Amino acid sequence: MCATVLLSSCGDKDNSSPATETGTLDLEMEHIVGTQALELNRATPYTTTAGDQFKVTTFNYYISNIKLKKADGTEYVQPDSYYLVKESIANSKRLTLDKIPVGDYTGITFTIGVDSARNVAGAQMGALDPSNNMFWDWNSGYIFLKMEGTSDQAPSKSLIFHVGGFKKPYNAIRTVSPSLNGKTVLVRTDHSPEMHFHVDLLKLFTGIRFADASSNSHSAGPSAVRIADNYAAGMFTVDHIHAN
Amino acid sequence: MKRTLTASLAFWGLAGLLVASCQSEAEVAPSEAVPGSVLPANFPAPAYALDQNPPSREAFELGRILFYEPMLSRDGSVSCGSCHQQFVAFANADHRVSHGVAGRLGTRNAPALQNLRWKRDFFWDGGPKNLETLPLAPLTNPLEMDETLENVLHKLNNITEYQQRFFKLYGRQPIDSYQFLRTLAQFTAGLTSANSRYDQYVRHEPGGELTAAELRGRAVLAQKCAACHSTDLFTDDSFHNNGLDRQFATDSGRAHVTAVRADVGLFKVPSLRNVAQTAPYMHDGRFQTLAQVLEHYDHGVVESPTLDPILRRSDGQLGIPLTRQEKSDLVAFFNTLTDQEFLKDKRLSERP
Repeated sequence: MCATVLLSSCGDKDNSSPATETGTLDLEMEHIVGTQALELNRATPYTTTAGDQFKVTTFNYYISNIKLKKADGTEYVQPDSYYLVKESIANSKRLTLDKIPVGDYTGITFTIGVDSARNVAGAQMGALDPSNNMFWDWNSGYIFLKMEGTSDQAPSKSLIFHVGGFKKPYNAIRTVSPSLNGKTVLVRTDHSPEMHFHVDLLKLFTGIRFADASSNSHSAGPSAVRIADNYAAGMFTVDHIHAN
Repeated sequence: MKRTLTASLAFWGLAGLLVASCQSEAEVAPSEAVPGSVLPANFPAPAYALDQNPPSREAFELGRILFYEPMLSRDGSVSCGSCHQQFVAFANADHRVSHGVAGRLGTRNAPALQNLRWKRDFFWDGGPKNLETLPLAPLTNPLEMDETLENVLHKLNNITEYQQRFFKLYGRQPIDSYQFLRTLAQFTAGLTSANSRYDQYVRHEPGGELTAAELRGRAVLAQKCAACHSTDLFTDDSFHNNGLDRQFATDSGRAHVTAVRADVGLFKVPSLRNVAQTAPYMHDGRFQTLAQVLEHYDHGVVESPTLDPILRRSDGQLGIPLTRQEKSDLVAFFNTLTDQEFLKDKRLSERP
């Protein structure tokens, strides 16, 4: 599951400025549920902060439009950065950003989901290939985050959270800038630092009770927006940074 | 993102030049042109620009083969062409709603496929938003082709002729969704209907004579229908509640996609091109004749919360009043929108 979009080779062609020195930065996504590691189909259920019990069978999401900020305020925008992270595929949880101009980076911003332009751009490859089963065909656009599982508290015993939609009033595109906690990431030709994220699945369910049938979400609409607001509010945190 | 777009445009620039040369060739030898590769002079700018997927004859022909390929359905019984028949402008003759695999009935009337290059969204509810990704909906709908994209690609990749044809176009294998969707779009984007007697009239071409009744019909249309059926595409591609029902429990229309209450009961304005050929009418195919459609607008419109304001008159009556003469003139004009060349173009048919 190499997530980078193939079009990036086109993107490089108009970069006619003299070759700048570049390095690599890895983003590592560690999925957790509160204080526990996420484990698909785990025997013992997890418990939400509201007390509902649940198991997880699927957890996938898009990370896109990654921007890195330097201490002097200038920004590096990673071209064609679309990544599909799947809990079930270990190496999809390591996002390798290559050709990053060397420098001291103090901030990161990314979209959880896919920008509106790519949602309507037609056939896509790589992470955005509709064969990845993260594309709605009946209301075309990408599923930004897909969480499926079971809960005894849910009326149908099943949990289906397919969050997407990019049109007002139910725009679920969220951009986040998790804090680096005062750290600086040094990208060098001979240094490939790693930013290690905690992605806390419990944050999805803030204010949600599974007994409420309308809490399940599988279309663009108000419940998708509520989940998106939840995951934008601190689901991604930087746990530590390896300088390497 | 901007950088990507610029790069893509630069990438296609070369291909764009090739298209241009195709077009000039087309003027010399029309039979060699890729159908739909010349934009009609009386049409607005297309949504799916020529340089987004530059027409090529080989890709178009492979797209046509895919369009008529029943293997795209789960049980091999239904192709795109099953519900979209050329002789009725790629609508479904006689069928009120679409017929899928195993005799399953869909919920809506299969719309005519014509001038899709000019559409910004598709279907009666505007769900699909790009011509290239549109086929994923009928392909996976259990009431239509009931197949998966994965399995379609698997089947295509098992057939040597498809492998070879796709490899010739894209120079890599296996056949992937990008190749499949882009190739199918070569055909669907080429379904341009712009050579009706009306077109010849507005473009001052030979054969473009309209009778007095037809001209009166055109004037009635401009006065009473053009709020929705506008431009030479005869639709503004907007969504309206045209007063068919008091409630929309079985099909909420546009609201199915937007989840917005104000969109309940709104459906896409269809084009009037080839309208005399594309019965039955409305999103659920409830009317068999154009006369019934006009009767509906004249006195059949019913009240509902989202009824379009255009259909509310100052005297409290609903609908668009039409005299017997106006209705007769409108139907006369509708007939001028029939494009025999399009309906019979061998290059668009299952067996050219």
